[in-house]
Order: sequence, then structure tokens, then C-alpha cells
Amino acid sequence: MAGLKIGKMVLGSLFRKPATKMYPIVPAVWKERTRGHIEIEIEDCIFCGICSKKCPTDAITVDRAAKSWAIQRMGCIQCSCCVEVCPKKCLTNMAGYTAPDAQKVTDTFVQPEKEAEPKEE
Amino acid sequence: MSKRTVIPFGPQHPVLPEPIHLDLVIEDETVVEAIPSIGYIHRGLEKLVDKNEWPEMVYVIERICGICSFGHGWGYCKTIEGNLGVSVPPRAEYLRTILHELGRMHSHLLWLGCLADGFGFESLFMHSWRLRETVLDLFEETTGGRVIFSICKVGGMRKDIPNEMLKKMEETLRGIEGELHELADVFLDDDTVKSRLVGVGVLTKEEAFELGAVGPMARASGVNNDVRLDGHGVYGEIGFEPCLEETGDSYARCKVRIREVFQSIDLIAKCVSMIPDGDVAIEIKGQNPAGEFVGRIEQPRGEAYYYSKGSGQKFLDRIRVRTPTNANVPPLVKILQGCELADVPILVLTIDPCISCTER
Ligand code: SF4
Ligand code: SF4
Repeated sequence: MAGLKIGKMVLGSLFRKPATKMYPIVPAVWKERTRGHIEIEIEDCIFCGICSKKCPTDAITVDRAAKSWAIQRMGCIQCSCCVEVCPKKCLTNMAGYTAPDAQKVTDTFVQPEKEAEPKEE
Repeated sequence: MSKRTVIPFGPQHPVLPEPIHLDLVIEDETVVEAIPSIGYIHRGLEKLVDKNEWPEMVYVIERICGICSFGHGWGYCKTIEGNLGVSVPPRAEYLRTILHELGRMHSHLLWLGCLADGFGFESLFMHSWRLRETVLDLFEETTGGRVIFSICKVGGMRKDIPNEMLKKMEETLRGIEGELHELADVFLDDDTVKSRLVGVGVLTKEEAFELGAVGPMARASGVNNDVRLDGHGVYGEIGFEPCLEETGDSYARCKVRIREVFQSIDLIAKCVSMIPDGDVAIEIKGQNPAGEFVGRIEQPRGEAYYYSKGSGQKFLDRIRVRTPTNANVPPLVKILQGCELADVPILVLTIDPCISCTER
């Protein structure tokens, strides 16, 4: 009897849509909560370095003098720890993984010079 | 007496997802003795307590295993919570139990696929993994990760899972239940499958007890040492009976795991209907673990324990994890004695070996 059961399952798959997806030709559909990659609103960052200190894999480098924030994409394990500790809430974990690559990429973000605020007289 | 030969099995072998090495002493086609050796994928994760503060360490501990990662996270949190003397809100305990049972389904379906692959039943393997995919999708939807969830933290959960999402999870699981039954029938009723499993690798109740077998391996021999009976999580509240079998052969081990897949669906449904509203985490401020604590968890593969020692610092002194496969290696050596050479791969699979866990 069981032979019939597996036969039914196997034949059933002939008439079903493929269970696998044709990724990357068909783009993946991310769930709302998927943790895919870290994004930063560099304008809000105060370069306190807390995110880099708490990151379990040391994927983040913060340079206060150069006003730059860098993340080593392959080193990041999407734990969202940095997102939780950032005092300015300028980090977010967005859906969508970073594209595969042959090199370990480091993305660096540099804060644009703020225009000097007009001093109040 | 015929001549004895020693043949190596592993560390690279088609049925082994991870490397373990066995020296098989054989006489004709019969294994007389098996000598295991491990040590091919030690990663030194426990040592990372020196580098990561205890709240962040949970993300490292989760990565001990890609299959029971939720359980590892929970086990770690449990030992630290015990160390700090705090208890988590009831809703968090329910959510942890739900995700842990979902993890058990994920693990057992993966194992069933591996077993089918082990005896060369490719379509059965693919269908097991197709159904497991539904479980992984549920994980992604609720926690944000497919295999590593990072949702458990010391003091509770990082995110709440809304009740509608939990209801949907239950419906989805009920939706695949029919197909799971079809799959289970093939594993349990098919003659070709049975001819590979029934009566092979028998571990008696006494042997299982003496050798310290854990998890489905022990339960298949009738040893009732399920840690869930201690009432960790909310197992005490929702009522729970472990799945026990008596025969102790490969078929019984397969049957225990299949029964547990269905049991997990029922346990999840019970949790969803009983889950209280409220907070999912407590805040822990200015406290550091001091002293020692041991927490135990019933992982899909069996009992795992987590030991932590702190001295009031941000960095723990020691963390130690004993994983179920570690406990199941002596029973494996026992069942390999006297088996046919051709049955060795299946027998190694029936303990559901997770070598990455064992070596950490
Ligand atoms: S924690 Fe936030 S504000 Fe501080 S350096 Fe990191 S991203 Fe910038
Ligand atoms: S998500 Fe985790 S691993 Fe990635 S950068 Fe943030 S803290 Fe580091």
C-alpha cells in the first residue's frame, strides 16, 4: 500500500508547480521580518562606536576622525545586535541579502560635511 | 576464525553530513568492533566567552548548530537566567516552547530526508525536505531567519510574535499534516524501507540506560528520560507525554521521530490556544552572572546541558555545552558491534549525529 502512497506523491509532483524557485531569475520574496543586511542613515550617526564594540564578529569599523562607518558584509551574521544598541537608532536590518561576491567586500559610508549652521545672533 | 581487517569509515562519506571517523574491525562482512574518533571540526566557540560579553554571547552559542539553533540559544539563556536568578514572562516561555517545537519538526524532517537518502530512496528524501521547507518559511516569517533565529535573549524574547501570526502558523502546519501522514506511511509501511530498518541495530532498554543514551535513541528503547518532563518551558502546563517505543531497533528510532513530528504540531496548537498576553522580556540592568548554574534542554536529538560560571563580570569565566550526540556515541558503538557492514551507514544515521554540535 505504501508503494501506492509514494507513487501518488511522486505523480502528484508531476502536475504541481516546482517546489523550488528559479532564483535569481525569479527574485526572492522576502518576508517582512527577514534579516538580510544592515543599512545606516549616516547623517544621524554620531560615531560613538558602540555598534562596533558590541558586534560579536567585529564586522563594523567606526572612525570618528574621518567620520566614516564601515561594515564588512561577509563578516556580518545579521544578529541585529548593533541595531539594538545604537543610541541614535540610525541602523536598520533590512530584508534582502547582499549579492554573492568573489571578494569580501567592505562598504564604507562617510558622513557628508554638514553645512555650517547659521549662528544665532 | 576468519581473518580480521580494519577499514576506515569517514570522515568523508556520502551519508555523513559532517565528519566523524570510525575504524571498523570486520570479520567477513560482520563488524566486530567500531572505534570512533572525532576532532575534525572543532571551532572553539566556547572560548569566545573571553571576547563577547554575556548578552552578546547568545548569538555565538546559537551558531553551535544550524538545526537546533533555537534550542541552543534557549539553553544558554536559561543557564544565564538561572545564574542571575531572574525568571522570564509567561508569554516569552510560550513563544520559546512554540519555536522549540517548530525546531524539532525541522530537525526530524531533515533527518527523515537524510535517512531516505541513506538507503537510496531519493524521492522520499526530496519530499521530506519539501515539507521541511514549509517549516523554514514559518521560521523566516516569525523570527526573520531561516536557520539562525537570533530571537531569544537573556530575559525573554527580542520580538513578540503577534497572535495572528501564531494562528497562521498553526493553520499552515495543519495544512501540511495530511502530506506528512502520507510521508509517514511510506517510512513505516513500505516493505523496502522496513527491510532496511526492522530488527537492525537493536539497543536493549538496559543497554540504552547503562550507556547513557538520550533523546529518540533512548526513547526508542523504552527509556523515558525526556527532559521536557521536568517541565522546562511550558511543557508542565500544557501537558506532555513522551513518545516511547520498545523494540530499540532502527525502525523504532524512525517511528519515535515521526511520532514526535505530529506531537510537535499538537503541542504548538496547544500553546497557541493557551498563550497569555503580556510582555515578552524583562529588563536586566546592572547585574552580572556570578556563580555557577546548569540548565537542561530537550533538543530534537536529546538532552543537552549548558553550564555557566561567572564572577560578576561582563565576561563569563566559562561556558560549557554537552550536546546529545556526545552522549549517543557510546550506544552507537554498541549497536555497530555485530552488524553487517552494509548497515553501518544507516546505523550511524539513526543516532542523528550532529558532529558540529559535539565538537563545537
Ligand atoms: S552606534 Fe549608531 S551612532 Fe554609534 S557609531 Fe554605531 S551607528 Fe553610529
Ligand atoms: S548585525 Fe550583528 S554581526 Fe552584523 S554588523 Fe550588526 S552586530 Fe555585527
